[in-house]
Amino acid sequence: MILYRLAGVRKSYAGRTVLDVGHLDVSSGELLAILGPSGAGKSTLLRLLNFLEAPDAGTILFDGQPLPDGPSPALCRRVTTVFQRPALLNRSVRDNVAYGMRLRGESPDGRVEDALARMDLTALAGAPAHRLSGGETQRVALARALVLRPDVLLLDEPTANLDPYNVALIESIVREQNARLGVTVVLVTHNVFQARRLAGRAGLLLNGKLIEVAPAADFFERPKDPRTAAFVRGEMIC
Amino acid sequence: MLDALFSICLLSLYVSGLALLIATAVGVPIGASLALRPVPGQRLVEGVIYTGMGLPPVVVGLFVYLLLSRSGPLGWLGWLFTPAAMVTAQVVIALPLVTGLTMTAVRHVNPDLRSQLRALGATPLQVTWAMLREARSGVLVAVAAAFGGIISEVGAVMPVGGNIEGSTRVLTTAIVLETRKGNFELSLALGGALLGLAFFSNLLLLCLQGRVNR
Repeated sequence: MILYRLAGVRKSYAGRTVLDVGHLDVSSGELLAILGPSGAGKSTLLRLLNFLEAPDAGTILFDGQPLPDGPSPALCRRVTTVFQRPALLNRSVRDNVAYGMRLRGESPDGRVEDALARMDLTALAGAPAHRLSGGETQRVALARALVLRPDVLLLDEPTANLDPYNVALIESIVREQNARLGVTVVLVTHNVFQARRLAGRAGLLLNGKLIEVAPAADFFERPKDPRTAAFVRGEMIC
Repeated sequence: MLDALFSICLLSLYVSGLALLIATAVGVPIGASLALRPVPGQRLVEGVIYTGMGLPPVVVGLFVYLLLSRSGPLGWLGWLFTPAAMVTAQVVIALPLVTGLTMTAVRHVNPDLRSQLRALGATPLQVTWAMLREARSGVLVAVAAAFGGIISEVGAVMPVGGNIEGSTRVLTTAIVLETRKGNFELSLALGGALLGLAFFSNLLLLCLQGRVNR
């Protein structure tokens, strides 16, 4: 089932087009990795998929429905993002993880403690969030997203600059969410190895344009576009 | 004399406290809104607010006097030479301070937080509230600065209140009167009371700041 359908979507900032996607489908329950160098438009794509911004042109269908007047709050809450540089509230780790539930009027229950334990944060639950390391902050950001049990999890370079322990932990959680719970995941990254480890399908975004989207095996082993082949080989693309 | 001093202190607290409440209730949401959702002509609005933060109280007093005088546009209210007129004048002084300093405090919160809260499903109102909570130290400084500004001013309350004994006499106007009469001992006592009020009010705000930061 197609969850997102993007057609002719364009987004510009200060007169510069940063995203120009002719067509992109995201299926329910898949783990799609969008690769590309810095400034390719990956984060902008995630902002559109999370309804944080509207496209300047084109349409985005979510669950088969067009969103001409913007999504309803209920629909917004089916999707959440873990950002590259998470901004946490100046409260305890536990309060940060429970924040999204409180927004929804739900009282923090066992889910919060489960998420803290799963992300190896139980010992830090009462600690002020602003004293955490980069890896711990990223784990809190993932935990606060997961307690919401989203249908769609958008990940914006979730392991950039993290140590191998945190990378392995976050990747295992993402894999579990997708494989066991059926959460649709869109991961944007410039890390080819991570995309290869996680994705069922992958795409390359260059200068705001989608160059190629294909099942992971084809994308990494038999890319059709020479630019994809170059990117997968780790060669610089301008 | 102690009774008179007590009632003057009470009236000072009432006038400045009520003015501060009104300025906070109006200024904090406006300051947060201007920081998060700029309006057309934002620079002009900010210019007006920043100018307002340095308004000379005596000019405010003159302006409110003309507004509330019998022939003024709000003369029908009959507020001139009443505590209501004094509260009005002090609101005019405190409002730009609360608004401007709140705006600055909210702007200093990590701007990424706003979109990340929205990504967690926060409504615009919930985002504003969360950003205000993050800026709470700065907002409390705004409230403390506004209180300090109005409890100690004399230029605005003198013309609109008239310094009427038992009715509109507050600490600052009483100090001016007693100094003119040469009652320096009483003036100093009133000055001490004013300093004490300002000190304990700020101490209260600091305690509150400590609690909300925990």
